[in-house]
Formats: sequence, C-alpha cells, structure tokens
Amino acid sequence: MQFPKDLKFTKNDEWIRVEGDQGTIGITDYAQDQLSDIVFVEMTVAPGEQAAKGAACATIESVKAAAEVFLPVGGTVTRLNEDLPKNPEQVNRDPFGAAWMVQIKIADPAELKDLLDAAAYEAYCKERAT
Amino acid sequence: MAYIPHTDDDRRDMLAAIGVGSLDDLYQAVPAKYRFPDLDLPEAISELEAASELQALSEANLDVRHNACFLGAGAYHHFTPSVVDHILRRNEFYTAYTPYQPELSQGTLQAIFEYQSLICNLTGMEVSNASHYDGATALAEAVILALNQHRGKRHKIVLSPAVHPHYRQTVRTYMQGMDLKIVGDDDCCRGPEELLPFIDADTAMVAVQYPDFFGHIVDFHRLGEVAHAAGALLCIVVNPLALGLLRPPSDFDADVVVGEGQPLGIPLSYGGPYLGLFTTKQELVRKMAGRLVGETVDSRGQRGYVLTLTPREQHIRREKATSNICTNVALMALASAVYLSVMGRQGLRQVAELCYHKAHYAAAEIGRVPGFRLWNEAEFFNEFVMACPQPVAEINEHLLEHEIIGGYDLGAEYPQLAGHMLIAVTEMNSRDEIDDFVAALEEAAHD
Repeated sequence: MQFPKDLKFTKNDEWIRVEGDQGTIGITDYAQDQLSDIVFVEMTVAPGEQAAKGAACATIESVKAAAEVFLPVGGTVTRLNEDLPKNPEQVNRDPFGAAWMVQIKIADPAELKDLLDAAAYEAYCKERAT
Repeated sequence: MAYIPHTDDDRRDMLAAIGVGSLDDLYQAVPAKYRFPDLDLPEAISELEAASELQALSEANLDVRHNACFLGAGAYHHFTPSVVDHILRRNEFYTAYTPYQPELSQGTLQAIFEYQSLICNLTGMEVSNASHYDGATALAEAVILALNQHRGKRHKIVLSPAVHPHYRQTVRTYMQGMDLKIVGDDDCCRGPEELLPFIDADTAMVAVQYPDFFGHIVDFHRLGEVAHAAGALLCIVVNPLALGLLRPPSDFDADVVVGEGQPLGIPLSYGGPYLGLFTTKQELVRKMAGRLVGETVDSRGQRGYVLTLTPREQHIRREKATSNICTNVALMALASAVYLSVMGRQGLRQVAELCYHKAHYAAAEIGRVPGFRLWNEAEFFNEFVMACPQPVAEINEHLLEHEIIGGYDLGAEYPQLAGHMLIAVTEMNSRDEIDDFVAALEEAAHD
C-alpha cells in the first residue's frame, strides 16, 4: 500500500497535492482497496463553484458500496478530471495519479494544517486494520 | 415459504426470557375493559350460507361485468386473456413478497427482466426499473429524480394541467416541505405552447401526459426542445396501451417516461393493486429509484439474472439515496409482461386500434345528440370530452337506470369544465352498447 510523502491526507481517506495555491484532490490507495472495484465516479461540483472544507465534491460507487468524496480544504473549483467518469477503474489502478478528481484554488492555506502527513495517515490506516 | 407459528414451548421460553409469567400478565398495560371486549357477532352460519351471503354482497356492487362502462380517467376496462391469470397464480410467483436472492429466484428475476425489456420496447426508452406502486407515485419519483439530477440547485417543476389530477396531487404530497415551486397547472386549458413561458434556468423538469388526461394526442417536440435548451428534463406520463398505436414518447426525446400499467392485463379492482411504469435514458440510470434486474453470466458462463446497480439504493447509500422506494409490484409487473407477450406487437396494435375507432364512433354519435358537443377538435385516442346540456351527475344518475356507468365529471377537478364529461371507450364496449349509451344520453337530454 502506498502513502506518498508529498501528499496530505484526511481521516476520511482523501488526499491533496498542494502546488502553489492549487490543490489536487483524490481518494487514497487504502480507500480504493477498502471499496474494491470502483464502477462509477461522478463529480458533484462544477468549475467556478466555491465550496467549503468538508463539502462533497464527488460520488463514487464500487460493486459493494457507495461513498462521497469531501474537500480536505475549502476553495474555488478550477478543474475536474473529465476522463475519470469514463474510466472509473482508474481509481483502483492509479489512485494518486490518473484518478485525481477535482482541482481547487485553495481559499485559506491555514486549513492545510489540520491534515495528516503520510506517516500519520499510514499509522491511522494500520490502526483501523487491527 | 411456509408459515410456522410459535409453539407453546416457544411462547413459554420468550415469556421466561423477559420475566413475565403468562400472556395475560404481558397484556396488563391494556385496560381490562379493552382486553377482550364483547364482540357483537351473529350466530355462526355454514360455509354454504356464508358463501351465498358474500355473493349477494358482491352483487350489490356496480361492476363492469354487468354494466356498460364508459368511465376511464386513468383506469380502463380491457380484456385480459385467461393465460395471464394462470401464470400469475402459479405458486412459484404467487408469494406475499418477492424473494430477490439470485441463488433461489432465477424465475422471478427473469420475469422482471422480461418485464423491463418489454416496457423499454414499448416506450422506446433505454432503461426500465422493476416497477413502482402506480402511475401517480412513479411521477412523484420522476420529480425526485429530476431534483437529484440537478443536485437540488433547481427549484421548479412545470406540470401540465392535463396530467391526471390525482398524479399532480401525489407529486405535491411527496414534495411537501421542500423548497420547490410546482407551476403551470392552474389553468385547465394550457397546452404545450402555453407551458413554454414557465420554463427557465431554475426548472428541473417539465411533466406532461400522452395521451393527456382529456384523451388528446399532443405533439411535445417543441416543448422537449425548449425544456432541454433550458437544461430541464422532459417527463412524459403515458397510457402504455395507447403506445400500441402511437409514436413512442422517446420520439419527443423524453428523459423520463412513467405511466400507469393497469391497462396491460390488470383488472380495475377498485383502484389497485396497479403498476407504476418507470423508464429513463441510460444516462439517468443511477438516479433512478426502485429495483433493477440485470442479465449476467455465472462462474460457469451460464446466463443468469441478478439485482443490479444496487449501490444507488437506500440500504447502501442511506440518506443520500435518490429514493427510499426499493420495492416493486412484482406480481402486477408479471401480469403486464404476460399480457404483452401474448398480445404481441400486432395484438397490442389491434386493441389500441379498436379503442381508437370505437371511441371515434361514439364521439361522432354523441355529437349528433342535441345539447352534446365535443369540447374541441384536438386529436384524441380513446377518451374525449363532451360538453353536456345538464349537470354531469344528473346525466350519470339517468344512465345508471339503464345499467350504464357514465363518464368522469370534470367539474370537480377543473371548475372551468363544469358540465363536461370525460368519456372512455375500449374494445370492451360493443357497438350495441355504444348505441344504447347514445340513446340513453338523448333521453337524459330530454328529461
């Protein structure tokens, strides 16, 4: 299982990659593993929309469950991964790369402080596995 | 499935587990005088006597077997081939609840899959669910689908006044307490053109009926274009039997097609159980309520049937599910599937043609009776509106003396249409019946 060092994580199993004021968001390797085969992804926000930390930004369905993806920090939506709904299995194959979901312009960088780093998130996943 | 009652031992164990001595002790909270009240029952009678008493009671009803019926307005008297009932009553199908486990229910699941396929064929739509309770609740579910499709960001539904009044009431009941405007149906005489000004960027869905409540066959091309240009969905409520003859609603680019399946092999039965048809375009399938059966292959490559796309349902998606409806009326869906398969394309068209021609014959004949006048010149299927020389209730009283069930009095639901009768004619109305009906109307006009 992967826990990339350059990302920040939430306890709801989202990740965010911060580049300048841009944040790219997806779900983690642990999350896709728990959900099993992903068969459906739909973004529930649109570019230009402002959304607060914790707002739902996507819906995903696997063969056994449905889940919402929440924004790790608030901001303005700048881009959606338009290819992902056509290839939802990418979430299983490449959760930290091709399966990014939403890009935002981060409103308040201070919110990033509440997120977990890779080591803390890995520990949190281990804790839940036992 | 066997019904196994509790044994005396079971009851003793359960009472012991909760620390109660006897059933009487358990009921102490109920005041004594309500516990075993005296029942004022007549002397016991034999089965023979009971059967004849019940028979006499049922014959006191006004029914379509002993009276000519010209009443429709959403529920229609059609012929059902006897094979429908024979299949329906097989005990493999005739259970109190639908077992969905694919391991033991391939027959039930396949029957529902066949039903879905037939309804898709008939409506021209891409996906059908396993059915809803009736046409009215199917329309309410369509409204919920539209709101979800727009993620709650649109707050308006445009409803045609020619959608069945009870369906419109049901939609309003479902939507109580929601931040939603339901507009367009406050004037009985608004056609599709008059609905156009109501459609805007806040409109989630436009809903119309085909043929409409007054029997009219309306072209919804332009309405569909305008709705889609505004980003709204188009929902068409259909009479599935009419689709044996008419262009399918998919021709109008409908996004959702719902309807009452009762005309397809289901008896009138005082209003139920009926069958709610619900179909959509493929792209809306995940927003669809209800059960959905799909075809697949098992581990040995053999064809099999399973419930599919279940993550959209409430037992998985919880409060975020599109709908909390996840049951269907499997037996009624089966009846309509058997009906459609024995009628076939040709048979269904024949029934629809009979309805059409008999209705047009009746309309022409009634139109010749002084005082009666066809409400308008619009194309109609098997129902039409007649302006009457007397109050409709009085005419219907008179008709009953001739063992004729008259048409629907439009005045109650549409005040502007007081004195107008909605008349339905089906393949069950013989020419003699229609002629007697016309003669009785003539008599009523002279009274």
